[in-house]
Amino acid sequence: MITEHSTKPMYQYDHYDRQVIKERVDQYRNQTQRYLAGEISEAEFLPLRLQNGLYVQRLAPMLRVAVPYGLYNSAQMRKLAAITRDYDKGYIHVSTRQNFQLNWPRLEDVPDILDELASVDMHAVQTSGNCIRNTTTDQYAGVAIDEIEDPRPWCELIRQWSTFHPEFALLPRKFKIAVCATEEDRAAFKFHDIGVELIHNDAGETAFNIHVGGGLGRTPVISQLIKPNLAWPHLITYLEAVLRVYNQLGRRDNKYKARIKILVKAMGAEAFAARVEKEWQFIKDNDNTLNVEAVNRVKAFFISHNYESIDDQSSNAQLQSQRLESTAFSRWLDKNVKPHKQSGYAIVNLALKPTGIAPGDISDFQMEAIADLADRFSGGLLRNTHHQNIVLADVKKEDLFELWQDCESLAIATPNLGYLSDPICCPGGDYCALANAKSIPIAEAVQRKFDDLDYLYDLGPIDLNISGCMNACGHHHVGHIGILGVDKKGKEYYQISLGGNMSREASIGKILGPSFSPEEIPEVIQKILDVYVNERTDEELFIDTYRRLGIAPFKEYVYAR
Amino acid sequence: MPDNAALLIKDQQLSNNNWQVIDKEQDIDLCCLTDSDKIILPFARWQENQSMALGKANIGLWLDSDEPAEPLASICHEIPLIAINFPVFSDGRGYSYARTLRDHFSYRGEIRAIGDILPDQMYFYQRCGFNSFLLRSDVNPETAIKCLNDFTISYQAGSDKRKPIFHQR
Repeated sequence: MITEHSTKPMYQYDHYDRQVIKERVDQYRNQTQRYLAGEISEAEFLPLRLQNGLYVQRLAPMLRVAVPYGLYNSAQMRKLAAITRDYDKGYIHVSTRQNFQLNWPRLEDVPDILDELASVDMHAVQTSGNCIRNTTTDQYAGVAIDEIEDPRPWCELIRQWSTFHPEFALLPRKFKIAVCATEEDRAAFKFHDIGVELIHNDAGETAFNIHVGGGLGRTPVISQLIKPNLAWPHLITYLEAVLRVYNQLGRRDNKYKARIKILVKAMGAEAFAARVEKEWQFIKDNDNTLNVEAVNRVKAFFISHNYESIDDQSSNAQLQSQRLESTAFSRWLDKNVKPHKQSGYAIVNLALKPTGIAPGDISDFQMEAIADLADRFSGGLLRNTHHQNIVLADVKKEDLFELWQDCESLAIATPNLGYLSDPICCPGGDYCALANAKSIPIAEAVQRKFDDLDYLYDLGPIDLNISGCMNACGHHHVGHIGILGVDKKGKEYYQISLGGNMSREASIGKILGPSFSPEEIPEVIQKILDVYVNERTDEELFIDTYRRLGIAPFKEYVYAR
Repeated sequence: MPDNAALLIKDQQLSNNNWQVIDKEQDIDLCCLTDSDKIILPFARWQENQSMALGKANIGLWLDSDEPAEPLASICHEIPLIAINFPVFSDGRGYSYARTLRDHFSYRGEIRAIGDILPDQMYFYQRCGFNSFLLRSDVNPETAIKCLNDFTISYQAGSDKRKPIFHQR
């Protein structure tokens, strides 16, 4: 049966997928009942609820809903909006791993929430816990101009393999996989436990470079290439070999040394690779080996048949005249709209960082309005980005002006994508039980100080990443400017690092020096920017000036008495 | 340490336990074993007595969570039962040991999960090749048996006979 729904270029559940998710809801309902009846202890329930994305936070539980590689549809968005109204406080949070988070569900209600999610083919499977988490990729996958091949079918195959994998539910620590298929890396694959880099080999066939042992957290590490040019049928068996080695040899005595990056460092990348190779020889070509039918079945879901043939030149001419009508539209077009591989189409970023709202938070009203925008302008599909924004990936250029006007009225049109006032920011001490310090008010203080768009544009793109603790959910290590909340004798302080980079030229930021009180942060950022503005050469980006000069001049000026 | 009085589930049903798990510190005189004494020795102890124990139908061994299965590659076929201990349920190494025995070494004897064995892990244990489970004494065996079949289909191959869903589509 072909329905309108099934023509959308995203993976469609069949009765197998639905059965797995239904059985999962039943299983979790039973687990919750046994926990509430006292049959399962707190400690034993912990990994069960975590594997279902349920944390117990500072004020209430937090439920993380899985959005496989960030892609979802308008019906799912509407269901989520209804869930935030019926079970929560009417808003949701976009996480840095392209998922959604509910901040106020009741533990007892979670089985019912899962039922609601299952009705639109969603779940919370493995969104937390020491297991394989949601596989992430480029938010522009399938429409990016610099793409070798759509990474999403491979993400989907990894999703299926890793879902309820019997052997890897209780790993030494959490495990994150990212797939990158573009020249410009938008998936931060070098900072994942496994980074799968899609390439085309000399014969023009799909293959993968497998990078292992990257990550942020307490010990930020850039991953190492352990298997170049892996032929595509072996993707799953090779991943399984990596995981099996890690499951057996990863440290379990100290949770801060339990990630695979520590094991790879301790063994050395070569020895680790050799060990994986040995393991792989046993399982290579087993039933998990992919074949053309399996891959083509999944690939077919992601092919869009909906594009109209549009003359790019006339679309562009129209945009030119609309630009003259409105400077604000023109700015938005320059900053939040990205080129699309299809003539006459564009990629639109909806900005979720208005000043005064926690970065990545949206209300139920906005969610429903965004779902409507997706239906009207972008084939009914949406994507969450690891920068905590939302993407409409298939917008006709001729519709951009109208879409922009709607975005303006929804307060999701701030033309600041990639600039200082578009920070990545974890929920921090306002919500999170792990945090040492708040992060949302820091983001807001910076946004308030730097609210002049002309100044921000003059500064050029700057990644500001803010984490409330060493767990680095705000990816502070890889921000051009990173801010880390620390606890100093019971008071909240903030450590600044400079020079991190999430792209292909990956780097980890260097700590500037002693930490600052929250009130000092905006002024410190100003000083850092002053050094950049004084020292930069024409057209030099912040990160490049930093790389040329090193940290010394920044340090000197910021700490000068 | 494994509780020898605990309930045993074997091949999906409640069964009598005829095997006694020997503790690492426990003294036992192997010379005095009768054929009806069935014991599961700690791996180190078993190794010390390998020439006598190997091939005996009433002597098995158990691996602790830090004892991978590799040393058993060529000899496991002569061991009637291999138990794998979970000192805490959250230590997942034993899953890989069982898979190594089943998938790499094609071991066909009994693989028994012992230690902190909980119902909610039963489905995973079974898919990794365990076929018997010495339950923690406070675990309801009916719940445990029910949990063995929490999922009727699987996305990926395991050590059971299930094929990945993608082969069925």
